[in-house]
Amino acid sequence: MLVINILGFALISLIVWWFWLYKPRNRMVVKGTVPITVNNGVYTPAQVRVMAGEKVTLSFLRKDNSPCSSIVQFNNLEISEELPLNKTKDISLESLEPGTYPFSCQMQMYRGELIVEGKADE
Amino acid sequence: MSSNNPNKEITLLIEGAGCASCVGKIEGALSEVSGVKTASMNFAQRTVLVTGNANEDELLGAIGSIGYQASLVKQNDTELLDEKEKSEAAYYKRLMKEMTIALALGIPLMLYGLFIGEMTVSTNPERISWLVVGLLTLGIMYFSGRHFYIGAWKSFLNHSANMDTLIALGTGTAWIYSMVVVFAPDAVPLMARHVYFEATAMIIGLIDLGLALEIKARGRTSEAIKRLIGLQPKNARVLRDGEELDIPIEDVVLEDLLRIRPGEKIPVDGVVVEGNTSVDESMLTGEPMPVKKISGDEVVAGSINKSGSVIFKATRVGKDTALAQIIEMVKRAQNSKPSIGRLADVISGYFVPVVMIIAILSALAWLNFGPAPALAFAIVSATTVLIIACPCALGLATPMSVMVGVGKAAEAGVLIRNGEALQTASKISAMILDKTGTITEGSPKVTEIQVTGDYKEEEILSLAASLESGSEHPLALAIVESAQERGIVLSKVANFEAIAGHGVEGSIDSNSILFGNEKLMDERSVSIEHYIASAQRVASEAKTPMYLAINGELAAIISVSDPIKNDSVEAIKRLQANGIRVVMLTGDNRATAQAVAEKVGISEFFAEVLPEDKSIKVEELQAQGEIVGMTGDGINDAPALAQANVGFAIGTGTDVAIESADITLMRGSLHGLADAIAISKATLRNIKQNLFGAFIYNVAGVPFAAGVLYPFFGLLLSPVIAGAAMAFSSLTVVSNANRLRLFKASDH
Repeated sequence: MLVINILGFALISLIVWWFWLYKPRNRMVVKGTVPITVNNGVYTPAQVRVMAGEKVTLSFLRKDNSPCSSIVQFNNLEISEELPLNKTKDISLESLEPGTYPFSCQMQMYRGELIVEGKADE
Repeated sequence: MSSNNPNKEITLLIEGAGCASCVGKIEGALSEVSGVKTASMNFAQRTVLVTGNANEDELLGAIGSIGYQASLVKQNDTELLDEKEKSEAAYYKRLMKEMTIALALGIPLMLYGLFIGEMTVSTNPERISWLVVGLLTLGIMYFSGRHFYIGAWKSFLNHSANMDTLIALGTGTAWIYSMVVVFAPDAVPLMARHVYFEATAMIIGLIDLGLALEIKARGRTSEAIKRLIGLQPKNARVLRDGEELDIPIEDVVLEDLLRIRPGEKIPVDGVVVEGNTSVDESMLTGEPMPVKKISGDEVVAGSINKSGSVIFKATRVGKDTALAQIIEMVKRAQNSKPSIGRLADVISGYFVPVVMIIAILSALAWLNFGPAPALAFAIVSATTVLIIACPCALGLATPMSVMVGVGKAAEAGVLIRNGEALQTASKISAMILDKTGTITEGSPKVTEIQVTGDYKEEEILSLAASLESGSEHPLALAIVESAQERGIVLSKVANFEAIAGHGVEGSIDSNSILFGNEKLMDERSVSIEHYIASAQRVASEAKTPMYLAINGELAAIISVSDPIKNDSVEAIKRLQANGIRVVMLTGDNRATAQAVAEKVGISEFFAEVLPEDKSIKVEELQAQGEIVGMTGDGINDAPALAQANVGFAIGTGTDVAIESADITLMRGSLHGLADAIAISKATLRNIKQNLFGAFIYNVAGVPFAAGVLYPFFGLLLSPVIAGAAMAFSSLTVVSNANRLRLFKASDH
C-alpha cells in the first residue's frame, strides 16, 4: 500500500511539474509572419517568441472541425477573431510591449502564448 | 505582403481571358512566381486558385506581364458563412455516425450488466467472450473516439491539458483496467474482477452526441448575424452607358447608378437621384415604419424598397456600406468577452490538471480507506471524476450568452461595441440625455419673430440668417432654412465671430449685429428688460428665444422650437420604471430646458451647459457614485460620451460606427436606449446563470463522483451517468444562452 501511495503522489508531482512548472527550452525568437496550425486540440507552435517593437503576423490555419477552435482570442489585447476552416487568417500585431500575451479558444482548451521579449541590450 | 505560410490560398479573378488556351499560359506564368506551389484556373469562373506563400503583388504583376488583368478575390461574408455551415454540417454528421456506432455497442452491454448477468470474469469462456468485447470496444475507441485520444496526446506534448485529456484518461483507464482483468484476473482481487467496457463505449457515444447537439445549438446562437448577412443581395442592376446590367454586388463601384424596383433589396449605400419611394429599414434600425425617400435622400444597403422604382447613385460599396460595417461590428462584439467571464477563464486554465490530481487522490483514498473491493471502487471513482468534470461549460458560459445578446440587440437596432459595454450597460444607474436631437427631433423650426421698433420680420430674418449661414448649429440651420423658405437673399458678413455657447456676431452693411442667447446680451450690455416677459412666455412653451441686437440695441426675439420626438415621453418612463435616474442636459436656457423637462417627465436637468462642460456634468454624477450612461448625437458630445461609463450615440441609420460611443442606437427613438439596457441586463443575467450552473455543476459533481457521499449514504456515481451529465452540461449552457433569443426587450 505504501508503494501505491508513493506512486500516487509521485504521479501528482509529475502532473504539477509537467503542466505548470515546466519551462520550455525553445527560446528561438521569430520575425515576420509566423504560421500557427490549429488542429487536434492544440496550437502548433503553442509558444511564439518575438522581439518588442517589431511587427509580427500570426497566420492561423485551422484544420480542426471542432467549433471550439473556430475563435482565437487574445484576452489582454482585446482581440478576438474567427478562424475559417482550412484557410489562413492573419492577425497582425504591431509594436507590442515586452510581456506574455496568452491566446486561446473561447473555452480555454486550446492555449498558446505570444512572448514579446525586450531588446537584447536592455 | 508576403507570408511564410506554405498553405496560403489566394484567389485571383482574371479579366480578358477569352479562350481556353489562355489557361495554360496563365497557370504557367503564375507557377514561375517564387513561392507558388500550385496554380489552377477555373475557366468557367475566370478564377485562379494559387497556393503557396507567394507575394500577391508579384502574382498580379505576372498576370499583367502576359497581357491580362487580374484582381484579388476576397471572399464575402455570405460565402464564408456558407462554408462554415457546410463544414459544421459535415462535422455534425460525422459525430452522429460515431455516436451511433459507440452506443450500438454501449447500450446492449449496459443493459446486459443491468438486467442479465454480472460483468465479472471468473471462468475461461467468460474471459474469451470479454476479450472479444474488449477488442470491439477498442475498435469503438478508434472509430468513434480517436479525436479525443489524438487531441489529448498532442496537448500533453504541449504541456497543456484539455477536455480531450479528461475523456481520454477516463475512458482509457476503464478500458485498460478491464483488459487487465481479462488477461490477468489473478492480479486483481476476486471481488474486483469487474469489466467496464460498457462505460468506455457509452461515454464516448454520449460525449459525441453532446458535441453534435452543441454544434446544432451553437448554430442558432449566430442567427442574428446570419440574418444580417442575408440582407445583402447578391446582384445589383446598374446603369452603365445607357444599358441596364445585372452584375454581382462586388463589382459595383462608386458613382455607379443603380435601379431598384419595388420589393427589391438595396444592394449598396447611395443617394436617390430619380424617383421616390418608401423604404423598409427595420432590419437595420429596428424602426418599424417605412421611411419616405425622395431625390437627395440616402438609402442604405440591406433595406427593402417598398413602393416605387428609383435610381440612386452608389456612395459606399463593399466593406464600406453601413450594413457591412454593422456586420463587422456585431461579429467583433459577439466574439469579445466582458470581464465577468475572466475569472472563468483563469479557472479553466488550471482546471484539467487539478481534476487529474483529484482523480488520483480519490483513487488513493479508496485504496487506503475503502471497503472491498477497494481497487474496483478506486478505478470507478477515478474514472468518474475524470469524466464528470467539465471545463467546457465554464468556458462557454460567457461567450455563448454574449453572442446571443449582442445579436439580439442588433436586431433591435442597437449596436454594442463589445462585451464590456454590454456588461456596464446592465449596471447603469443614471442616464444623461442630451436635449437637442436626443429627446427632441433635432430639427428646430422658427415659429415666431417678435420685432421691436420699426424693423420688419424679413429684414431681421435676413440679418440673422446671413450671420448664421456659416454655422452648423441646429438652431442656426433653422434660421437659415426659414430664410430660404421665404426666399430671402442673404447679405455679406464682415468680422464674423462665433462665441461658443452664446451665439455669433459680425457686421453687415457697417451695422454691428449680435445674435444669440440671453447671456450674450448680458455680456454685451444689451438691454432686454422690456422683453423679459415675452421671452419667458416663449421659453415656457418649450421654445428657445434668441435675441438679435443691431448696434447694441435689441431688435428682435426669434423663437425657435424643436419638437419632442413622439415616443420620448414613453421611453423615458420606461427608463425610470427600471429605476434609472434620468437627467437632461442642454446648452439651452433654463426656462426652455425646464419646459421641455416637464413635458417629458424629467425632474432633474442641467441647462446652459457649454459644450466643453458636458463631460464635467458626467463626472459630477459619477462622483455621486452613479454608473452613468450618456446619450448624445456622438458628434458634439464625444468627450462626454467617452467620459460616461457607457456612451450611447443616437445614429441616423447610416453613421453606424460612431467612434466615441460604446453603444450606437440606429434609430432615433429613445426606446432603443431602454431596449439596450434591458437586453444587457438579460444577457448578464443569462451569463450569471450559466457561470453559476457550470460552477456548481463542477463543484458538486466532482466530489460526488469521487465518492464523498458513499460513507454516509452508500452513493457512488456510475461513470456512464457521469458521461451523460458531462455531455449535457455544455449543451445546457448553450441552450440557456439560446433562451435569450426569445427575450422581448420592449416588454421591459
